Amino acid sequence: MPQFDPTTFSPQIIWLIITFGILYLVMARSALPKVGNILQEREIRIAEDLEQAEKLREESRAVEAAYEKALADARAEAGKVLNDARAEITADIDAQKAALDARLAEKTGAAQAEIKAAIETALKELETVAQDACAAIVVKLIGNKADGKKVAAAVHNATENANAGNG
Amino acid sequence: MEHSPLEQFEIKRLIEIPIAGLDAAFTNSSTFMVIIVLSVWFFVSFGMRRASLVPGRWQSLVEMSYEFIAKMLHDSAGPQARAFFPFVFSLFMFVLFANLIGMIPYTFTVTSHIAVTFALAGFIFVGVTVFGFARNGAGYLRLLAPAGIPAVMLPLLVVIELISYFIRPITLSVRLFANMMAGHTILKVIAGFVVPLGIFGFGPVFFLIALTGLEVIVAVLQAFVFSVLTCIYINDAIHPSH
Repeated sequence: MPQFDPTTFSPQIIWLIITFGILYLVMARSALPKVGNILQEREIRIAEDLEQAEKLREESRAVEAAYEKALADARAEAGKVLNDARAEITADIDAQKAALDARLAEKTGAAQAEIKAAIETALKELETVAQDACAAIVVKLIGNKADGKKVAAAVHNATENANAGNG
Repeated sequence: MEHSPLEQFEIKRLIEIPIAGLDAAFTNSSTFMVIIVLSVWFFVSFGMRRASLVPGRWQSLVEMSYEFIAKMLHDSAGPQARAFFPFVFSLFMFVLFANLIGMIPYTFTVTSHIAVTFALAGFIFVGVTVFGFARNGAGYLRLLAPAGIPAVMLPLLVVIELISYFIRPITLSVRLFANMMAGHTILKVIAGFVVPLGIFGFGPVFFLIALTGLEVIVAVLQAFVFSVLTCIYINDAIHPSH
């Protein structure tokens, strides 16, 4: 096996020391610090960005809370205005209804009084007609003219009695 | 040795360079070490050429490997091990690229040589041991005597712990070397069946395709295992009491 030929050991080891030494120096002095720096820079940048994002989120949360509050206030205000308007309208309706009722009652009263007067007038006229009829009937029955006053009293009494009986 | 499955592991001397009496010849292995280092450097620095806050695909890949290894080190050795991060990253990348580049046909697998893996493991072993004593002083020896063990058991346990401590560089290096060498040898052996079998050669070809997929997984896994164990050894040096 060529691996166990001792004459090859010294050149291999010497060149290993030279090449590996150069590799180590290049890596340690220039290549790796560059990589390390960029990684660190990125880490810092990401941390900063995260911080910024957190701050913005807090801000947006505050804005959202303010918006919610404004919305709730507006809603409460609207509710109040609505209730006020409703109460006002109800009061208005009630007042108008009362006025209407009063006017209707008045009209009804007037109408009833008129009807009553008309009934009375009619009744009075009826009495007169009844007296005349009665006087005419008496003349026909007994041939004599009856005393007008007595007939009127009798008819009046009879009407009163009939009214009382009916009433 | 012609067309032998082991031919791929041959070290070919390209340029003779004697340094202070040491044999430092530039070989095919050295060539691939240079290619590995250039590849890792290209992978990382080209991915980060426009280091942007929002990464592209390549940059994410580099960042993923960075974070993967950083997490692995942090999880197994704690936050104090951060100083070792460049080393563990270089180690993982070196082994990973060595294993993966070795999967390309006609290339050389640097990690299939025990000399390389043992040098890496030996360096890790010596480094961790020196760091452990420098950090904890004699307290590093607590590693050998787990807390809450009856005194009667201690001598036996210390011997066992001592053996398991000193065997670390061997297990670490042999695991990587043997995995890489065995995989490549098997691929080559099976590939050797394709042509002699003639019309039935498609059988080994299908097998080869499946095995190549498996070998890629092994290449990544062994790089991972090598670095995870390194992290665990570093953890022992930082926290010697079990």
